[in-house]
Amino acid sequence: MIPHWKRSAAELAGDVSAGRADAVEILDAHRAQAARWDPAVHALLGRDDEAARRVASSRPQGPLAGVPFIAKDNLCTRGLRTTCGSRILEPYVPPYDATVIARLRAAGAVLYAKANCDEFAMGSSMENSAFGPSRNPYDLERVPGGSSGGSAVATATGMGTFALGSETGGSVRQPASFTNLVGLKPTYGRLSRYGLVAFGSSLDQVGVFARSVADCALVFSVMAGPDENDMTTRPDGAFSLDGLDVSARAGKGLAIGVPRNILAEGLHPEVQAAQARAEEALGRAGVRVKEVHLVPPAACVATYYLLATAEASSNLARFDGVRYGFRAQLADDLLSLYTKTRGQGFGSEVKRRILLGTFALSAGYYDAYYRKALQARRRIRSDLHAALSGVDALLLPTAPTPAFRLGEKATDPLAMYLSDIFTIGANLAGIPALNVPCGFTADGLPVGMQLVGPAQGEGTLFRLGAALESALGGERRWPELAVGAAS
Amino acid sequence: MTIDKDTVRHVALLARLELSEAELERYARELSAVLDYVAQLDALGLEHEEPLAQVNDEFAKAREDRARPAPLSRAEALSQAPAQDGTYFLVPPVVEYLEP
Amino acid sequence: MTAPVTGREKRAVLAWEPVIGLEVHIQLRTESKLFCPCANRFGAEPNTLICPVCLGLPGSLPVMNARAVDYALRLASALGAQVHRRSIFARKNYFYPDMPKNYQISQYDEPIVTGGTLDIGERGAPRPVPIHRCHLEEDTGKSFHPERQGDRRETRVDFNRAGVPLIEMVSEPALASSEEAYRYLTRLRQLVRVLGITDGDMEKGSLRCDANVSLRRPGDSALGVKTEIKNLNSIRAVERGIQAEIRRQAAILDGGGKVEQCTLLYDVDHDVLQIMRSKEFAHDYRYFPEPDLPPLEVSESQIEDARRTLPELPAQRVERFEHQLGLPAYDVDVLVADYDVADYFERVVAAGAEPKAASNWVMGEVARATKERGESIDEFAKIVPPARLAALADLAKRGLVSGHLAKEVFEAMLVDPGEPESVARARGLVQESDPGALRVVVEQILAANPGPAEEFRGGKEKAFGFLLGQLMRATGGKANPQVARDLLREALEKTPSP
Repeated sequence: MIPHWKRSAAELAGDVSAGRADAVEILDAHRAQAARWDPAVHALLGRDDEAARRVASSRPQGPLAGVPFIAKDNLCTRGLRTTCGSRILEPYVPPYDATVIARLRAAGAVLYAKANCDEFAMGSSMENSAFGPSRNPYDLERVPGGSSGGSAVATATGMGTFALGSETGGSVRQPASFTNLVGLKPTYGRLSRYGLVAFGSSLDQVGVFARSVADCALVFSVMAGPDENDMTTRPDGAFSLDGLDVSARAGKGLAIGVPRNILAEGLHPEVQAAQARAEEALGRAGVRVKEVHLVPPAACVATYYLLATAEASSNLARFDGVRYGFRAQLADDLLSLYTKTRGQGFGSEVKRRILLGTFALSAGYYDAYYRKALQARRRIRSDLHAALSGVDALLLPTAPTPAFRLGEKATDPLAMYLSDIFTIGANLAGIPALNVPCGFTADGLPVGMQLVGPAQGEGTLFRLGAALESALGGERRWPELAVGAAS
Repeated sequence: MTIDKDTVRHVALLARLELSEAELERYARELSAVLDYVAQLDALGLEHEEPLAQVNDEFAKAREDRARPAPLSRAEALSQAPAQDGTYFLVPPVVEYLEP
Repeated sequence: MTAPVTGREKRAVLAWEPVIGLEVHIQLRTESKLFCPCANRFGAEPNTLICPVCLGLPGSLPVMNARAVDYALRLASALGAQVHRRSIFARKNYFYPDMPKNYQISQYDEPIVTGGTLDIGERGAPRPVPIHRCHLEEDTGKSFHPERQGDRRETRVDFNRAGVPLIEMVSEPALASSEEAYRYLTRLRQLVRVLGITDGDMEKGSLRCDANVSLRRPGDSALGVKTEIKNLNSIRAVERGIQAEIRRQAAILDGGGKVEQCTLLYDVDHDVLQIMRSKEFAHDYRYFPEPDLPPLEVSESQIEDARRTLPELPAQRVERFEHQLGLPAYDVDVLVADYDVADYFERVVAAGAEPKAASNWVMGEVARATKERGESIDEFAKIVPPARLAALADLAKRGLVSGHLAKEVFEAMLVDPGEPESVARARGLVQESDPGALRVVVEQILAANPGPAEEFRGGKEKAFGFLLGQLMRATGGKANPQVARDLLREALEKTPSP
């Protein structure tokens, strides 16, 4: 019999609802995976096993009945510590659930732990977590990607059937591509941001990690739709599984565009190979492949780092040691309370971005930096709209390389920022994108490709993703834990 | 664009971040590099482009003005505070220099 | 700075022309806060009206209150200002412990309302002050700083007020004296209360004012360096604080110095201005569009609704009281100054009282009684409903009670509510107008005072007054004076000299 931790959300929920499986046993199977893997990969932060067991033993009902999941530690969970991977929030316990968490709970899903992440979701490697990095289960010397790396690792190793992450600029898709997972960044406004600790509010979206397109669509359908607590949610944001085809034939008659002009240079050969594999597989599934043109993605990186940091500089102002979280000792006047608490409470990447964002908004520089980035954002969105006008989705690599080594880019912020070069456009334009696993490198590292669609185009992305998934075929290659690897 | 240490110091005060001399130096160097990279936006010819701050074009639908009881008890709200007296949040005094 | 204005300072003040602009924060009387459904209520236990949103907890988001927008439209309509169909919220970034997010959600370069005027003139001499803009923003919490000599070391913070809706109304720098600033605030307070968008209670902080002040030579068109005075939280403080700052700046300029741009605090109790110097106040607000709120749209029909449902404005009411009710200017000013009082007055008139008589009652006895009893006019109306006051006025008009007795009836009604006529009768305060009964008393008076009666008949008109006084005393003041006078004269003339 297949162990619970390897099974899909739909199967588990079906069995729990029908009384064929016990939700507590399912939870325990996933917890056992955590016990086995976490010492080696450090995917989890706070957890509440007792509360989870109580929920699991209370006969959960709904489309995700009894399905264990993990949430990134920047999603507020009532009564469960939420640190954002930061020392400044180390002691913080929220009094409320994020809307997405509440909707998953209402659908019967069982949360038992929070996932490690780059501090305040700022990073692409998990090296910025104040609580130590997570590691890639396919190669423990390599990063799992970031900033939602802990969520990715937890899903890849079977600690959770699925996990929630968040994206501001590629933070779900990039780790999904590094860890052999389906990763969704939805249309801006389809998922509520209420309870997601803000980084770059106009870019932030909650995202989903799953091991199949079907599971991803199921989880998304439970969470999507307007929220009275978030005015930026779309009135038409709900998503229904009715009529959604996730079979091998799902892509028939659809067309994808490949932006060859930006894929020519600097692409890792193994990534290039994966792109070719994906195009070929989609072609076999009856999808037409066209060529489209996009602005150089470096402009996206430049735009992103001005806008996201500007918003972050304001969003992170509330962490000041007054109402919650860490407060520095020996601060005897208000100004030093602020500067010491924030100087000691934030890590170096967060401080770097707060400084950059504060600078971009400051008197005398606003027009040259912040406003210019807003203008570039409109250009980038128009450009993506134009590229999507004759096709159903774009197909391009999620990351320019497979997972890199820990420490490889840690000392060069710019090199690190460039690992998000292909993902950021979708965040700036507010359009959906889906990472789909597309095989492995010769060294056994996963490589993922992304499908990028128009606003509200998740259904199409799921169809294309399912077609790609089936066409590439084969049994799932799970990561293997070397004996003695647990440190 | 080169950012010097004094600029970083000023920005750090605006952002209420205490930085060491070594940090000031490092951030000055790193931020200068990022701003050099960002300068490539000039090549896009954006003069006539309207700024885009938000991607959704819909207008806000405001909520009806109706109060509900506070969902947080005072004890719950204060429980996360580093310093409180059971009624108020406490902070060190603001140092104000007032002169006649 | 407590020194009185000396002769030298007076001359200095005259040599300079003040230019004053006011920024008034109007706290809106909504049921809930601007961005969350917490109650908007003054005086609750500290930190009990709070939620994740107004406490700035991580992950919380603002949700706009529709009524606050309606109130802004109402004010715009009354000022004849322009409403923008699309306006943008922006974040104003600065750190302060009573500001939960360390940024304030406000409006910056695209406010909801611009332009319009507020008239601060007298009748027949309008003086419209141009308004720069009105925008919506959230209030901060409240900090309680340690006393200078107290034992307490910490500042205490209460977030009940955080997120309460405000309209910030900014005038153009167009006021020319502290007296004009005083009138501006008085008129504005009256207007916003009439509009029903705030209680306008300055003691509770419902209206808060900052003033920008600069001086220039008369005839100059360029503005001088301006300073900002904060904490002007009573109408008196606005007037006196501005006066003090005009004196301070004039003294600097007269001494050949330069005014430095700065922020000042005014202590009205000691008439002292202090310059605030603190790193906390070195700001670069770094405004940028609030990403958590979509642009605010106002429809034509919302603007039209605000216009249509506008209550009668003070100027219109003044006009009506003067021309339709024929009240003297003084009465109109006193009555319209407080709309609740004016409403009560109108109900008295509607119940049948003559306008001038009703006005005398309301401005006189009613004002005195409410003040002595510490009651609002609404509370008073429960004890003496307008119809009963009208009935009392009618008793006096019909001569059933004298003017003097009517006041006693009024007093009695406060203690023992009832219809005025039955109160008057129960207490024996009804005037004696029956000639038969009075004639008997007249006979008695004449018999008891033959001397004065004789004097009157001898042509001493003064003796009549004495006899009338005796008559009134004998009836306990209840004789109808006119009837008594006629009967006395008739009796004196009828009775021949002995």
